[in-house]
Amino acid sequence: METLKVDMTAAKRLEAERIAPVTSAGLPAKVVARDVNVYYGEKHALKSVNVDIPDRGVTAFIGPSGCGKSTFLRCINRMNDTISICRVTGKITIDNQDIYDPSLDVVQLRARVGMVFQKPNPFPKSIFDNVAYGPRIHGLAKSRTDLEEIVTASLEKAGLWNEVKDRLNDSGTGLSGGQQQRLCIARAIAVNPDVILMDEPCSALDPIATAKVETLIDELRGNYCIIIVTHSMQQAARVSQRTAFFHLGTLVEEGPTEKIFSAPSDPRTQDYITGRTG
Amino acid sequence: MNNHIVKSYDAEFQELDRMTAHMGGLAEKLLADAFAALERRDPNLAAAAVASDKAIDNLEAQVQERAILMIAKRQPLANDLRHIMTVLKIAGDLERIGDLAKNIAKRALAVSGEAHPKTLMNGLRHMSELAMRQLKDALDSLSTRDAAKAREVWHSDAGLDALYNSVFRELLTYMMEDPRNIGLCTHLLFGAKNIERIGDHTTNIAENVLYLVEGVAMTDERPKGDDTSSMVLAARPA
Repeated sequence: METLKVDMTAAKRLEAERIAPVTSAGLPAKVVARDVNVYYGEKHALKSVNVDIPDRGVTAFIGPSGCGKSTFLRCINRMNDTISICRVTGKITIDNQDIYDPSLDVVQLRARVGMVFQKPNPFPKSIFDNVAYGPRIHGLAKSRTDLEEIVTASLEKAGLWNEVKDRLNDSGTGLSGGQQQRLCIARAIAVNPDVILMDEPCSALDPIATAKVETLIDELRGNYCIIIVTHSMQQAARVSQRTAFFHLGTLVEEGPTEKIFSAPSDPRTQDYITGRTG
Repeated sequence: MNNHIVKSYDAEFQELDRMTAHMGGLAEKLLADAFAALERRDPNLAAAAVASDKAIDNLEAQVQERAILMIAKRQPLANDLRHIMTVLKIAGDLERIGDLAKNIAKRALAVSGEAHPKTLMNGLRHMSELAMRQLKDALDSLSTRDAAKAREVWHSDAGLDALYNSVFRELLTYMMEDPRNIGLCTHLLFGAKNIERIGDHTTNIAENVLYLVEGVAMTDERPKGDDTSSMVLAARPA
């Protein structure tokens, strides 16, 4: 009964926000989560998460390992569907559209919500084909010229064009780690997504490659809703405008990054970011 | 606040706090000695007070060096970052307080040969007592992280300013009464100004303690009471 009551309130709130969803920061909300719970079999991995994520900006998810931040990230493009024992309740909307609506095409959803992983994972194909893959399967290019334009523009946006323009037919796996990660970002933006999810995109990169990816994130934030999971507090502080702290499956605190890192409200946040035993 | 996973980080904070507390103690003693030397016309005490400022300067340099090293090594955040930044700024204020008190001691040396009526010192004594009490309270509020006490210090600076205004008028009156007082009174006037400035630095310390404890910068208008800069003193008609 109790759960049902919460659901009703959440549904009502969502109904009210349907008119004009706005985050607590007064920005238009892109991704809205209401009472989201995730279970892996018996394990309650994510507990009643409510958050509004603004469009055109970077939101960082931080927290210790196993806190639920990656689980929540994977809910946003329904990557959790691939795990058989995983069950998601509650509601997540993108632009007011319920992404767990049974009639929704998950392939289309994942075109709108791109993802970049911890380890760069280019396809064992040419650099060109890596980026062209998405536009091809989604039929975004009418002609070869169209496709070339999309590939060029995506590689330019990903800050990789100058480094690869003379070897587009070389294999993507032959690039350096940092270049591979930027290739994955180019591949994600080639299908013109609204939201880009990044799961520790720099943890396998050296400081120079990290700096390049961070610069790229900063350039992309004007056009996309970017959500990044990171274990580096300094990275969260550098690249994000808003930060959410997860702990033991709960979203403890979400707010402007500068506030979270200079004067967080919750002692659990403070203990985590200052390296204390809670 | 001493439960970092990395224990040596805790030790670094303890050392930083110890050095700041030491600076505070030295600054308090310097101010007390400087005023006592002035009041008792004791050139030996004055000279010792002047010499003791060096130790405060050295400590400030050490605090600065350690704070910079901690920032580089630990990349502090949240209350740790506020802690380091606050200590850095407070060390700067204590160093300035030391300089101002040293200046009083120098003036004590300059006037130690002159006879002066005891009444001349009353106002200045009140000022220095109040300044010392505020400095002590500010330093206590730092060591105990007491926001209420820091706020009290912050508000009490207006009292010191008011006292300074009256000392300013009083000393000018003495000078007008008898030009032989001018030399001594000018030194005392600068001494009073120094104490008033020490009060301002103490207020800075209180503000920093508030920021350290509460995480929000003090934005209220400071209680300002020093209006000597706009005081017009008409010469008495002959």
